[in-house]
Amino acid sequence: MRLMMATGLLLAGLGGPLAAQDDNPNVEARQHHMDLYSYNLSILGAMAKGERDYDAELAGAAASRLHALATLDQTGYWPEGTSSEEIDDSRALPALFENMDDYMNLTEELASAAMEMQNVAGDGAEAIGGQMRALGGSCGSCHEKYRQSDD
Amino acid sequence: MRRALIVLAALIAVGSAAYWWLTRPDPLPADALAGLSGDAGRGERVFLAAGCASCHVGPETEVEGDGPPLLAGGQRFTTGFGTFLAPNISPGPEGVGDWSDAEIVDAMMRGVSPDGAHYYPALPYAAYIHADPADMLDLVAYLRTLPVADTPSQPHEVAFPFNIRRNVGLWKRLYLTPDWVMEEPGTAEIERGRMLVEGLAHCGECHTPRDALGGLERDAWLHGAANPSGDGRIPGIDPTHLDWSRSDIAAYLTTGLTPDYDSAGGEMVAVIDKLGQLPDEDIDAITAYLKALPGGASGE
Repeated sequence: MRLMMATGLLLAGLGGPLAAQDDNPNVEARQHHMDLYSYNLSILGAMAKGERDYDAELAGAAASRLHALATLDQTGYWPEGTSSEEIDDSRALPALFENMDDYMNLTEELASAAMEMQNVAGDGAEAIGGQMRALGGSCGSCHEKYRQSDD
Repeated sequence: MRRALIVLAALIAVGSAAYWWLTRPDPLPADALAGLSGDAGRGERVFLAAGCASCHVGPETEVEGDGPPLLAGGQRFTTGFGTFLAPNISPGPEGVGDWSDAEIVDAMMRGVSPDGAHYYPALPYAAYIHADPADMLDLVAYLRTLPVADTPSQPHEVAFPFNIRRNVGLWKRLYLTPDWVMEEPGTAEIERGRMLVEGLAHCGECHTPRDALGGLERDAWLHGAANPSGDGRIPGIDPTHLDWSRSDIAAYLTTGLTPDYDSAGGEMVAVIDKLGQLPDEDIDAITAYLKALPGGASGE
């Protein structure tokens, strides 16, 4: 259900009408965007771990969607006033807003890692497992600097 | 009166001598490294497991790049006792280039500097004390192949009374022990995992709570702890706090992705960047050890 909402939100152009009144639509959209990364990573990760059967077509589709998500135009996504200091639900540290160029570079690295996953998705579960390191590492390189820690 | 003064002076003298004796540096025995020589090729694995670069690379270069790490120091570690600044440990004059192998191993395994001063336990020698000296010599041989950084080490920002290094000798009396937390590892794989988790990878330094003096509460081994930086909480990773399967833990330690496909953040990213480069058998040893802790089924 959450995923359907996330997809709906993306299709609706990241707008506010679907978001609850109390919530900031930008924060909501960004978090749903992250959920979509997570969903597609879960397909690839389950194949890499042997928790589901390897399926070249499904793996390719998941990798392709990851690449599409990483290359979505984020213009207007990160307005001033939506950091973790300003909005309770936001975990985006102020440092992200001060280093938007670095953030966009990291997003491009994620896109490259997703592209490489697309290239190997047809080569079997082991190849996917190898590329999960680069893909997961790419997530971490941004979360290390710009996401507030759990509490 | 005069007699009382003499008694008092005697007590102070005895007390001072006792303090001096209790707080003396305790380096490795002179023959600890006898007959051993370091192998730089093997040392990289030890260096990765020990996570040296996570703390000792410069603040701006934590994970970036695939080249050999530049161990320039300068990262800041905020604690309740003050702020510690990681020193330059590159193999040049500003780092440890002029030190003997034994001096570097003493620093890591005993927290003793070449001139006999105590290091603060921000350097996890209370974990590295468990290491095999032969592994440490390999690490040193590898360290000497790394690029030299010219950045001078910065002083720690520690106030009285913690700025009296001699007192660290008392801390060591209380908390520095070669005894393992897990006394009977059961299998060779779990024993290797114990060397990694309790020793080289020093997982307990963050994942085990500390008492008022900053010593690890070994009764709550890996139960999770407050983050000394004040930001969030460091999770428990023993079986009573973490129910992930062994393959889930292994995937996390190599990809940084949780079973829910969230990703690691914060300090753990740099840890995974290093541990993820270890051979699979080491990752499997870590998961075997974690599952062998109290509360685990020790299988899956």
